[in-house]
Amino acid sequence: MRYSGFRVIAEALTGHKGWTPAWRDPAPQPAYDYIIVGGGGHGLATAYYLAKEFRQARIAVLERGWIGGGNVGRNTTIIRSNYLLDGNEPFYEFSLKLWEGLEQDFNYNAMVSQRGILNLIHTDAQRDAFTRRGNAMILHGADAQMYTRDQVREMYPFLNFDNARFPIKGGLGQKRGGTVRHDAVAWGYARGADGRGVDIIQNCEVTGFRIEGGRVLGVETSRGYIGAEKIGVAVAGSSSRVMSHAGMRLPMESHVLQAFVSEGLKPLLDGVITFGAGHFYVSQSDKGGLVFGGDIDGYNSYAQRGNLPVVEDVCEGGMALMPMIGRARLLRMWGGVMDMSMDGSPIIDRTEIDGLYFNGGWCYGGFKATPASGWCFAHLLATDTPHPTATAYRFDRFRKGLMIDEKGVGAQPNLH
Amino acid sequence: MIINHPLLGPRDAQEFVYFGDAALIARPDGLSEGAEATFHDYLYLRDNPAGDHRELWYHEQGDRSWLVVTRNTLTHDITAVELARDVARHMGRGR
Repeated sequence: MRYSGFRVIAEALTGHKGWTPAWRDPAPQPAYDYIIVGGGGHGLATAYYLAKEFRQARIAVLERGWIGGGNVGRNTTIIRSNYLLDGNEPFYEFSLKLWEGLEQDFNYNAMVSQRGILNLIHTDAQRDAFTRRGNAMILHGADAQMYTRDQVREMYPFLNFDNARFPIKGGLGQKRGGTVRHDAVAWGYARGADGRGVDIIQNCEVTGFRIEGGRVLGVETSRGYIGAEKIGVAVAGSSSRVMSHAGMRLPMESHVLQAFVSEGLKPLLDGVITFGAGHFYVSQSDKGGLVFGGDIDGYNSYAQRGNLPVVEDVCEGGMALMPMIGRARLLRMWGGVMDMSMDGSPIIDRTEIDGLYFNGGWCYGGFKATPASGWCFAHLLATDTPHPTATAYRFDRFRKGLMIDEKGVGAQPNLH
Repeated sequence: MIINHPLLGPRDAQEFVYFGDAALIARPDGLSEGAEATFHDYLYLRDNPAGDHRELWYHEQGDRSWLVVTRNTLTHDITAVELARDVARHMGRGR
């Protein structure tokens, strides 16, 4: 069923009796050409682009719980492509371009809102660094714009410009950045993939891989054995757990990141702002809640819940940036589990096991990457060669000294 | 989280800095055969278990001792705290 304004009117006139489920609930077949493990944003996007752009094949997505119940349902919904390094920026810009055409492409309202993102500058050194980053973005075909203090004040007069320690001295903006309705991304990809024949199998946990002679033959699941030609794993947050079934140790730790929503407020913040002197970012959802977050808790965790010290730290960042946030009540907060990789950048690569492919290590920046991650992983699965924008996301970059370390802190995952 | 320091008693985890898997104590010999590959695994690969995890915490805002804390990564429950010094000696490191 194709969604359109006309369809909404037609259904309204006929009592909304014609709507059908957005995707099927199929039983697993004994074998597929491709199995994607993980029904989150990245896994569903992979299945969607694999079916749509690369080849007609028997494809299944296996999800332990329900689709979109992991990090695609837990993030702060920000999209942007404001990276510095060569290995990253073309990929994230590719992703942002896919976001721009996504809703027309998969015929689903994902509420892509290019409301602009602004990274605030608080020191002269930071201005130099952000100018360099802005230039790198422009050189890679993205948009970037430097703002003076007065221009920032005109946009967001309520920020604390004269904070004695962290005065605002300007900002680096990307107007094409913004927010997206995160759940709708999972649903839109699921519906699009399902419509192209992909079996989305929920409540189906992968408990092992069947590997013979260095080649993967299929997966053991809670719903029985399923064979496959090629298996792609996209389970960020649980990557180490799942890949340990294939005997692999990964260059990553799992950490918990918290996010927060205030009570609904009248419109006051039309873009996304990041605090440059601490770790705090905030936007306002269409429902009116301020959506914000900050640092990861900093210790290995699979708990999907954080602790209070980081809550305090994030709220302090908020108070330092926009004191009026102190008048809003915190409505809810939650945690998600991040694959924190050793250089803060992801991996989309083959493994040493034939037929087994891996996508993960997204740290806390995976949501914005969803479309490009899916496209590039589908490209790798279908053609056995990396997509031109994802050639740097290899397993062996640590062995070869080709790390993509945006923050420059080395192999210390909780600092990225 | 409260870390029950073997010398100082229960202390808030905020006083500590987290470093990572306690396996990092077992630093390989840089002069051994195949040290390059061993160091790659040592530096970059982690078991990253869901469940009990032995990990290094540094009491930066306290007595500056290194601790090996056994903590469950699914529940955040801490079941054992040792001085990293004792653990390292038990592994045959140091004098």
